[in-house]
Amino acid sequence: MQRAPWNRDRAQAIIDEHKHLDGAALPMLHALQHEFGHIAEEALPLIAHTLNLTRAEVHGIVTFYHDFRREPAGRHVLKLCRAEACQSRGGEALAAHAKARLKLDWHDTDAIGSVTLEPVFCLGLCACAPAAMLDGRVIGRLDRARLDNLLDEAGR
Amino acid sequence: MSLRLYVPRDAGALAVGADEVATALSVAAQRRNVAVEIVRNGSHGLFWLEPLVEVVTPGGRIAYGPATVADADSLLEAALNNAGPHALRLGPTAEIPFLKRQTRLTFARCGLTDPLSLADYRAHGGYKGLEKALAKTQAAIIEDVTQSGLRGRGGAGFPTGIKWKTVADAAAPQKYIVCNADEGDSGTFADRMIMEGDPFVLIEGMTIAGIAVGATKGFIYIRSEYPHAVATILAAIGIARREHLLGTGVAGSAYDFDIEIRVGAGAYVCGEETALLDSLEGKRGMVRAKPPLPAHHGLFARPTVVNNVISLASVPTILSHGADAYREFGMGRSRGTMPIQLAGNVKYGGLFETAFGPTLGELVDEIGGGTASGRPVRAVQVGGPLGAYFPRALFDTPFDYEAFAARDGLIGHGGIVVFDDTVDMAKQARFAMEFCAIESCGKCTPCRIGSTRGTEVIDKILRDEARDANLALLTDLCATLKFGSLCALGGFTPYPVMSAVNHFPEDFGPRPSLAAAE
Repeated sequence: MQRAPWNRDRAQAIIDEHKHLDGAALPMLHALQHEFGHIAEEALPLIAHTLNLTRAEVHGIVTFYHDFRREPAGRHVLKLCRAEACQSRGGEALAAHAKARLKLDWHDTDAIGSVTLEPVFCLGLCACAPAAMLDGRVIGRLDRARLDNLLDEAGR
Repeated sequence: MSLRLYVPRDAGALAVGADEVATALSVAAQRRNVAVEIVRNGSHGLFWLEPLVEVVTPGGRIAYGPATVADADSLLEAALNNAGPHALRLGPTAEIPFLKRQTRLTFARCGLTDPLSLADYRAHGGYKGLEKALAKTQAAIIEDVTQSGLRGRGGAGFPTGIKWKTVADAAAPQKYIVCNADEGDSGTFADRMIMEGDPFVLIEGMTIAGIAVGATKGFIYIRSEYPHAVATILAAIGIARREHLLGTGVAGSAYDFDIEIRVGAGAYVCGEETALLDSLEGKRGMVRAKPPLPAHHGLFARPTVVNNVISLASVPTILSHGADAYREFGMGRSRGTMPIQLAGNVKYGGLFETAFGPTLGELVDEIGGGTASGRPVRAVQVGGPLGAYFPRALFDTPFDYEAFAARDGLIGHGGIVVFDDTVDMAKQARFAMEFCAIESCGKCTPCRIGSTRGTEVIDKILRDEARDANLALLTDLCATLKFGSLCALGGFTPYPVMSAVNHFPEDFGPRPSLAAAE
């Protein structure tokens, strides 16, 4: 996923686009992350000023939610479901395989910035478990062969 | 008449190749130079058969599945042959036993219609509930919902009509309807299915709720893990606005009502209603103490109805068919139907809407067909990550709020996750504590810290370190979590942990490998 480099004016424009919404912080943060790939430190004072919050409050919001990244992710983000329904179909063994092949732990990005491995707790695909998501694309009935294909795809 | 096929657009079908199958069918049709219309419907919820391809015939829809891209040519051939023989042919969709045995009220249209066709929605009974509601007084609408016996389908089971009446009776310049679509429980996907497969029913239900309590604005808080549901609901809201079914003067009436979407950000605790309200307000999703109730002091401190997707989506059928018709289904104080979700290691995984009352054993063994792995069923977790693990010995428990509570469990949002005999219940108990530690909002000490300590204590038990003392400590810690937490995350984490300890004590004994090493 190609993301734009940090641009203060663009960031402020995104923040302004969302400031009229009730409870604007989350829509704003989602939009910023969509544009830049993560929530840069430089964005926090802009949000704080616009929403009349302290910078500490904005920091608190950003760090509360698992979705918001503080660092850029790899070009691909592979999310593997760790929740119970996927566990019952061998999800843990698949996660161990992915970690071993990528030499990564959860939340890590490989050295060449090609893939970030993340846990997810339920994609609602529990009747076709184990499930995964690669760059927003949903994958069910995951097995070792399909996972290897995804890892090949993500490694590029 | 051109050939008409249905291939679902539900994320559960997409995850196993529905888009690829639809494309392959369309390519195959072009190659043969035949006209084919492919409708992207919601899922019927028979996920072991997805991607399920249906062929429209004068005698009804004929199902084929699970289809792959490689089947596209032969499937089209069979379809053109009057929906004729094929290795994947399942016969008439409506006659598939898993579907035929259901009582589909809330999910009546899901799988049958094009989710974003308002004409299709209306042709299958849509907006009849709103029409009936508009002919009644606000109090009479609430009375219908109360009389139907509908209880919150998110998990808490609170009577919906009483909640609505509380908000209706509160005087305020602004009131809100908040739809909780933060369906985070593993093993559940009913909200996702209805939002992707029949979004107008949710919009209609929220509109009726808004009219009944005097709220002009609604929010749907959808989890970010459901991008397809977000897209479908957004599109449906756009259509409803264009058709004046949302906005000023809903459906030509004097009532105003509109809906906005907010997307969550990966925090499980935001499925708890007060944390959800804080998150909607743009804050950290911290749980609030109750009272004040959200019905009095909810979103932006205004009176707010917070209902689950399925509760709201059940309202149109209650209004259109009458409270008594809905109430006739069910048992005891659990009235109407419940979309039960069979998930995990189960042969026939999917959504099974039925009146309350079937036993857990019937659901798992008969409807679900046992495990997908073919091994014996050892445990099932009912009601998500905060629900208890049930052993086979308790499979006579009827699916009913009170019956599950009487056995130290909960039905929650209706998810059943099946495990075979390879499951290690101590590991499951450890996971419950770990999950609580990851997802705790941090407000209550027992939940914030106790969950991490709980994980450590279970690790000690597994290493056979002062096992009896640590089991006693774990039991004590669970009691502290249960009684010392504001919400169900800390309060209910003891259910999976203690049910694993109590029903599967053999898994908490000395590890065989350790015993052998001694």
